[in-house]
Amino acid sequence: MCLAIPGKIVELFPGTPHLATVEVAGVRRKVDLGLLEDNLPISGDWVLIHVGFAMSKISEQDALDQMQTLMILGEDEQAMQEVRGYGLDDADDQKVS
Amino acid sequence: MKFVDEFRDPEVITRTAEEIRRLADPNRHYRLMEVCGGHTHAIYRFGLKDILPPNIELIHGPGCPVCVLPMGRIDDGLSLAQDPDVIFSAFGDMMRVPGTQGSPLEHKARGMDVRIVYSPSDALKLAKANPDKHVMFFAIGFETTAPSSALTLMRAKAEGIRNFSLFCNHVTIIPAIRAILDSPDMRLDAFIGPGHVSTVIGCRPYEWIAKDEHKPIAVSGFEPLDLLQSIVMLLRQLKAGEAKVENQYKRVVPWEGNRAALRAMAEVFELRPYFEWRGLGFISQSALRIRDSYAEWDSEQRFSIAGVRVTDPKAAQCGEVLKGVLKPAQCKLFGRECTPEHPVGALMVSSEGSCAAYYNYEHRKAMATSLAWPA
Repeated sequence: MCLAIPGKIVELFPGTPHLATVEVAGVRRKVDLGLLEDNLPISGDWVLIHVGFAMSKISEQDALDQMQTLMILGEDEQAMQEVRGYGLDDADDQKVS
Repeated sequence: MKFVDEFRDPEVITRTAEEIRRLADPNRHYRLMEVCGGHTHAIYRFGLKDILPPNIELIHGPGCPVCVLPMGRIDDGLSLAQDPDVIFSAFGDMMRVPGTQGSPLEHKARGMDVRIVYSPSDALKLAKANPDKHVMFFAIGFETTAPSSALTLMRAKAEGIRNFSLFCNHVTIIPAIRAILDSPDMRLDAFIGPGHVSTVIGCRPYEWIAKDEHKPIAVSGFEPLDLLQSIVMLLRQLKAGEAKVENQYKRVVPWEGNRAALRAMAEVFELRPYFEWRGLGFISQSALRIRDSYAEWDSEQRFSIAGVRVTDPKAAQCGEVLKGVLKPAQCKLFGRECTPEHPVGALMVSSEGSCAAYYNYEHRKAMATSLAWPA
């Protein structure tokens, strides 16, 4: 819950501007951009994600460093489990278990 | 320095550690509190204590939301979900936290509909997928997770989803720091400020700690170098007799915080007059409740809640450990009645609690050593 997970914005949706697809270590999930509405990221930007919501924009280097931090903290698997668990994709109804 | 070689920039780490030794007055004992449970976990994991001189003591603060949640709140939340038409949803961190009748997972084993979600928006989605059920999201966390809960309720209201409610246990960090500073047995010199909470609230809310209490504070990142640099900042201030707020974690934390997140929180939440914290007791204006304009999505306003109070066992000395008066191992129950497998007190409940972190890294290490070389 307290993890800050770095992800890269790979797809935005004009119809639902508060949603974006992010990629975290090869896993793609939708996250909510509502908390960045003052400074919306664009495709290719890196963000820190907390409980399915992008909370801050960061540099690519900081994103890589954050992944490394999660690894040395032994929290990288937990972070990936969290990302895989995000169920916002419509085709993903069964993910929430 | 067991983990130093695994860090990035080991040379910079070594230089920063040398700077700390140079700045620390050998005739003085320093007590620095890291407020955030994530920092506590990182400090043990990285073995930072082995790098610091012995007269710099790190005191582990109240910033573990799972740890400070009173057991009565868990009982209240679970009692609502006794209704077969209610789905209890919460983050995975909550699932093993004991209530008086067992944890959410144990209730699930007894037939309760309990679901792990990774985001409050997934709990809302669960409500959409189960229109004949009521989905309650048991919300916990400091300002890091509160904006996401707020935005989720705003979406529920905008979309008219009425079979969803939030059982709000969100707490705020500043009043907890104030309670610790107000305590008569407090003996802290400075604070390592929380990183992710500050992404939301910024650095301004800490200014009173410097101005009124004359304690330095450095908002810090989570890498070993971040924490060591923050300690350098604090020691420099202490040496110069200064007290100000510094931002070591500038690459993520803007001084003004995240205004959109603060707006969402202000739209949905207001301060409770008081709230109980495990280990610290009742603290005024230290938690959030849902505004009347969102009453329909507030589990507490929508259903009748017993308001159960469960007092912690008197022998557990969580409050003293939180304030830095005792170290975890000095508590009478530590490692005997109270272990991560069977937590009695608040700080043993989550891996970010100071007692659990101490137990998992220091205590197990000591036990392994004593087994390897019997006296």
